Amino acid sequence: MTGSYVAFDGITRRWDGKGGVHDISLSVAEGSFVSILGPSGCGKSTLLRLLAGLERPSAGAIHIAGRDVTHLPASQRGLSMVFQSYALFPHLTVRENILFGMKVRRVPRPRREAKLAEALEMMGLEGLEKRKPAALSGGQRQRVALARAVVSGHPLCLMDEPLSNLDAKLRNSVRRDIKALQRNLGLTVIYVTHDQAEAMSLSDQIVLMQDSKIVQTGRPEELYDRPNSVFAAEFIGDPPMAILDGAVLGLETGDQVGIRPEHISLAEPDAADLVARVAACEYLGAETRVILAHPKARGLAVALPGQNNLQIGQEVALGLPQEHRVLFRAAAGAAEKDPRSIAGRASPNSRPVIAERHLQPSS
Amino acid sequence: MIDPYQSHKRRQTIYGWLLLSPALIMLTAFAFYPTIATVWTSLFSRGTRKRPSEFVGLENYRSLFEDPTFWLVVENNLWYAGVTIPASIIIALVMALWANGKIPARSFVRSAYFTPTVLPMIAAGNLWLFFYTPGFGVLDQIGGLFGLPSVNWLGQPDTALWAVCAVTVWKEAGFFMIFYLAALQTIPPDLKEAADIEGASRWTYTWRVVLPLLMPTTLFVLVNAMINSVKLIDHLFILTKGGPSDASMLLLYYIWENAFAFFDAPIAAATTILVLIVLSLVAAVQFRFIDRRTHYR
Ligand SMILES: Nc1ncnc2c1ncn2[C@@H]1O[C@H](COP(=O)(O)OP(=O)(O)OP(=O)(O)O)[C@@H](O)[C@H]1O
Ligand SMILES: [Mg+2]
Repeated sequence: MTGSYVAFDGITRRWDGKGGVHDISLSVAEGSFVSILGPSGCGKSTLLRLLAGLERPSAGAIHIAGRDVTHLPASQRGLSMVFQSYALFPHLTVRENILFGMKVRRVPRPRREAKLAEALEMMGLEGLEKRKPAALSGGQRQRVALARAVVSGHPLCLMDEPLSNLDAKLRNSVRRDIKALQRNLGLTVIYVTHDQAEAMSLSDQIVLMQDSKIVQTGRPEELYDRPNSVFAAEFIGDPPMAILDGAVLGLETGDQVGIRPEHISLAEPDAADLVARVAACEYLGAETRVILAHPKARGLAVALPGQNNLQIGQEVALGLPQEHRVLFRAAAGAAEKDPRSIAGRASPNSRPVIAERHLQPSS
Repeated sequence: MIDPYQSHKRRQTIYGWLLLSPALIMLTAFAFYPTIATVWTSLFSRGTRKRPSEFVGLENYRSLFEDPTFWLVVENNLWYAGVTIPASIIIALVMALWANGKIPARSFVRSAYFTPTVLPMIAAGNLWLFFYTPGFGVLDQIGGLFGLPSVNWLGQPDTALWAVCAVTVWKEAGFFMIFYLAALQTIPPDLKEAADIEGASRWTYTWRVVLPLLMPTTLFVLVNAMINSVKLIDHLFILTKGGPSDASMLLLYYIWENAFAFFDAPIAAATTILVLIVLSLVAAVQFRFIDRRTHYR
């Protein structure tokens, strides 16, 4: 297979026709870091568990390294997994937890010890070998779970929201550890998260899911710059894309236009694309984020340097540069409800038209 | 001048004692006092109309130790404990592991296993009497199908004790299973999944993860089984009354017989004290040694 290390082919697993995942096709390159991103309950964990062999698909096939693993048990798929809850054995010490898999697989003792020492060092866990998980902090448990996955030596590692139990600061540092680990060991990592910032900063490829289906797949900047649906536009980025009703900008009603708030600027009243009211000002130190309200738009905001003296309720004129506008056709919006055109490789009619020229009245 | 700190401390002390007193009163009335009274009784001779009871020191204990029946009863009880404790625990564990799995009619299986526990011991005794009765009992009927001769399970010294053991195990296993089931449900399912991914077999998982995590329950069940091996003798009244020729006589039944059938209170008291000493020693050892090696969550 050409560069496809993990491949899902029309995978479906549902419960009473609800939840789970539906007709997922996806391919992951070897050595890449792929995030599965989406709101709670969209089927991320189900997808990961299907790949791990903890859940069986009702339709479709899964290949790992060219091998059909659809019906293989978890132990024969050659992968490791870091659970959201860590799933450390509470009665075993850190050392025994890390050694568990190697003992089960009867790895010879000298090799076991060497790998253990290596993993402890890599994860900065020296001195904690004799502790039980209950006597560790969240971050330390997290690292033990990572160490356990690493010593298995499997080239594929699955992680299900591994950082969700950590505080913001720790999350950032463990995030960097994970990324460094993946790069140094050349692992293929499939990483589930509902935090778009995490997905953006870590991934080579993001798989955005909604309602059991894949909405968009691509590099982080692709999803950021060229979301293929209103959902993707509003899910990725902080603050998310502002969405305007097409009618406001002289388009057909039903079409929608998205634009990133950082591209919105204040304009002269006579050159304005849009006039909105100030709803709130959030002072962030270096800049002030002005939240704007308009009856036919949502998520409108503009960042102004320093502190400013805009009044709540005041009208401001906005410039929305053509080249940063993303058009969502009514047809595509309707297509959002049609699963076949949105799952996996989207059909052409659901593609957004980037900064379409015919929008421009002059130039 | 009253030192406010002192008075506060005194009030705290009084408060503490007040909180303790209900338990203390109950324990004194129903545990400490009877124990001491029993020790006291065991030091006196049995009073008859002609010879009133008098202080005899350890004479009662000496005559007990010289009585071969006492040693037979001790031996019986050791066998009884040695069989019923491990058997009921192991069966309970196996049933719990089975009933905790994804099997059809799971709740039916669970309640079926639990039924013996709900039955009063006397009812259980009657039920088993019907199984054991020679000739038309269920066991003989089944044996008859295979052409086996009729066996008087309860009536012959060789089998009476084991027949009694079987009833106890049958009665206890379901009860212990409930504790194991409860403990099994507290084991997070992702431990099983983690073990699966690491390649552990079902057997390895049970042995290396489930059993260690069940240790606190096992300790609790073990203490209970041990107490029951002395305490649970109701079915003897129905099934064998300790016979034939003391073959199924157990300590507590022996004490009861001495005290209320032969009206020999001092001997009964002395036996009671011996049982009490042995039980306390066993409990102390159990908690001290097993506790240390048990993982509590
Ligand atoms: N064993 C199950 N039985 C029934 N429904 C299930 C089961 N597992 C998952 N589901 C349903 O499938 C859907 C997807 O679940 P999944 O756990 O994959 O969500 P998720 O994307 O991981 O969400 P989160 O971010 O909250 O973890 C949910 O609606 C859930 O209710
Ligand atoms: Mg999940």
